[in-house]
Amino acid sequence: MKINHEPTDSIPSSPMPAPPDRHPGNPFVDLRVAITGGTSGLGLALVRELLNRGARVAFVARRRDGVEQVGHELPDAHGIVGDVSRKEDIHPITMQIAGALGGLDVLINNASDLGPMPLKLLADTECEDFGRAVATNVFGPFRLTKALLGSLASSAREGRGAVVVNVSSDAALNAYPRWGAYGASKAALLHLSRIWDEELSQEGIRILSIDPGDMDTPMHAAAVPDADTSTLKPSEVAARELADTVAAVLSRRPIVQEAFA
Amino acid sequence: MIAANQPVQRPSNAKVLMADGRGTIKHHVRSELANLLRPGDVVVANDAATLPASLSGQHGRTGHSIEVRLAGRASLDEVRQYSAVVFGEGDFRTRTESRPEPPKLIPGDQLELGRLRATVVRLLNHPRFILIQFEGSSREIWEGLARHGRPIQYSHVPTPLAVWDTWTTIAGPPVAFEPPSASFALDWDMLASMSARKIRFGTITHAAGLSSTGDLQLDALLPFDEPYRIPWSTASMIEHAQASHGRIIAIGTTVVRALEHTAAIFDGFVSPGERLATQRLGASSRLRIVDAILSGTHERGSSHYELLRAFVDDETLGRIDQELNAHHYRTHEFGDSVFLEKAENAIPKHHDVWSTKVDETFSTESSTVR
Repeated sequence: MKINHEPTDSIPSSPMPAPPDRHPGNPFVDLRVAITGGTSGLGLALVRELLNRGARVAFVARRRDGVEQVGHELPDAHGIVGDVSRKEDIHPITMQIAGALGGLDVLINNASDLGPMPLKLLADTECEDFGRAVATNVFGPFRLTKALLGSLASSAREGRGAVVVNVSSDAALNAYPRWGAYGASKAALLHLSRIWDEELSQEGIRILSIDPGDMDTPMHAAAVPDADTSTLKPSEVAARELADTVAAVLSRRPIVQEAFA
Repeated sequence: MIAANQPVQRPSNAKVLMADGRGTIKHHVRSELANLLRPGDVVVANDAATLPASLSGQHGRTGHSIEVRLAGRASLDEVRQYSAVVFGEGDFRTRTESRPEPPKLIPGDQLELGRLRATVVRLLNHPRFILIQFEGSSREIWEGLARHGRPIQYSHVPTPLAVWDTWTTIAGPPVAFEPPSASFALDWDMLASMSARKIRFGTITHAAGLSSTGDLQLDALLPFDEPYRIPWSTASMIEHAQASHGRIIAIGTTVVRALEHTAAIFDGFVSPGERLATQRLGASSRLRIVDAILSGTHERGSSHYELLRAFVDDETLGRIDQELNAHHYRTHEFGDSVFLEKAENAIPKHHDVWSTKVDETFSTESSTVR
């Protein structure tokens, strides 16, 4: 688990599957969390993990059948059909998140696009494929976070938290051949996260960029079909680590400013 | 005044007329707003996001085309039941007062509104003001509203509004039916500069209702009852400002309505919690909390204009009207602003004039959290 800036200590993970955790030290109890790309891979693992920790969870995904399937399995989660890469979808998604949860404390921008498939050299990458990666990996998190900023700022004033996690990748930092569209868009998201975190700190909102590591997910299989999956991290482990990191940031948040400080 | 006919939210050079407590009028621009405030002031805005509350569809019994404009809700959490004003065929391009009547509405009528289905529960003392109930799960209703609804719009803006045109930069819970448009004047840079000057910022969430129905009888009932929530952080900011003689600046009429409603119940104290604002404010209302208001420019006779009479006397309001006209201020939701300090001669009255009761149900929070 790598946070790409301002490293945060990770709380050791429990070796056992966590039962619903109602411990007063668990900051997720009744916290309002939204997760994009929530029907497979890390996103689905996060929906399960945060429901288990007592959060109220909304998840977003493009395909209605996927949303309905997860909604059937996890009826406590609020499923939303929408595509974060489409400008026209952002406000309908936002409205359903803030409406169903009555506000928002944690947003996890997890939905990602690999760019051209199979992966290609940049010189062979169509602009449209690069554009789609940027629309999903940069504009999507930017627009969704911007539309939810009023809810997050309100949560921060109320002392509830207000954390945005942008799921990153080591491809944001390292120059891997054939990962141009993905890597460049994730690098943009990383820098956006760093600047926004600086700008929003006085509002009490944290913007984190977290690299969950190489995971055994459908997306990784699409990118590297012949990977040895035994070397990859299970998405459940990555979800637990990511939740621990957010928990550490939440529990470290400044005590709500006294109204008359 | 000129109707603002483009959906542009208060550019930095949008005009702001300021009338101070002595009735002296000056002209500013939006980018100077933070300079009109003082260290120690508390600025309170309404963070409600605006639902796309115009739903077009069919009246089941007759098959006639209708437009349903959601107008109110009993609580901020209510998803299923809404009060609504129904119009006949057509859309915002026709002035509301010229819209055809809908078919006769009777309890039990089914309304097909895109993928939403609703039933007329009852009429609310007017043939086209009704209580409706949506069918389906909360998830289906939210999705139906988000996907099928369009922002409520009036004919002075000729192009269709997008949802984002109606959301303020601080928009949070989607509970308003029309934008709390005074907050169009805010941006994050302004909030940062206020914070740097020790001016505190808080929000309430107030389900702002319709501003106009096109029907004189219905318009006379505006504003309808509106639920609102005051968070504890805002309540404590106000309490501290009161103790240290800081001013309370309301961004918009809904904030005045909410804070003064609560103060009337708790004898001048702003207690956190959710309540239902039922009162109308006007010339004879005593303001116990709010010291100044930033508002849009309003037309004489509207309920918003009446509320401004609680801040300044009619002689000053008359001069303000003249100045707004002489300086070509723009009106309506995308127009210019006025910043009015409560008149220094607005001596507390011996009585408050409330047109309606204030005995509604409170959340448990409201009575226990201070």
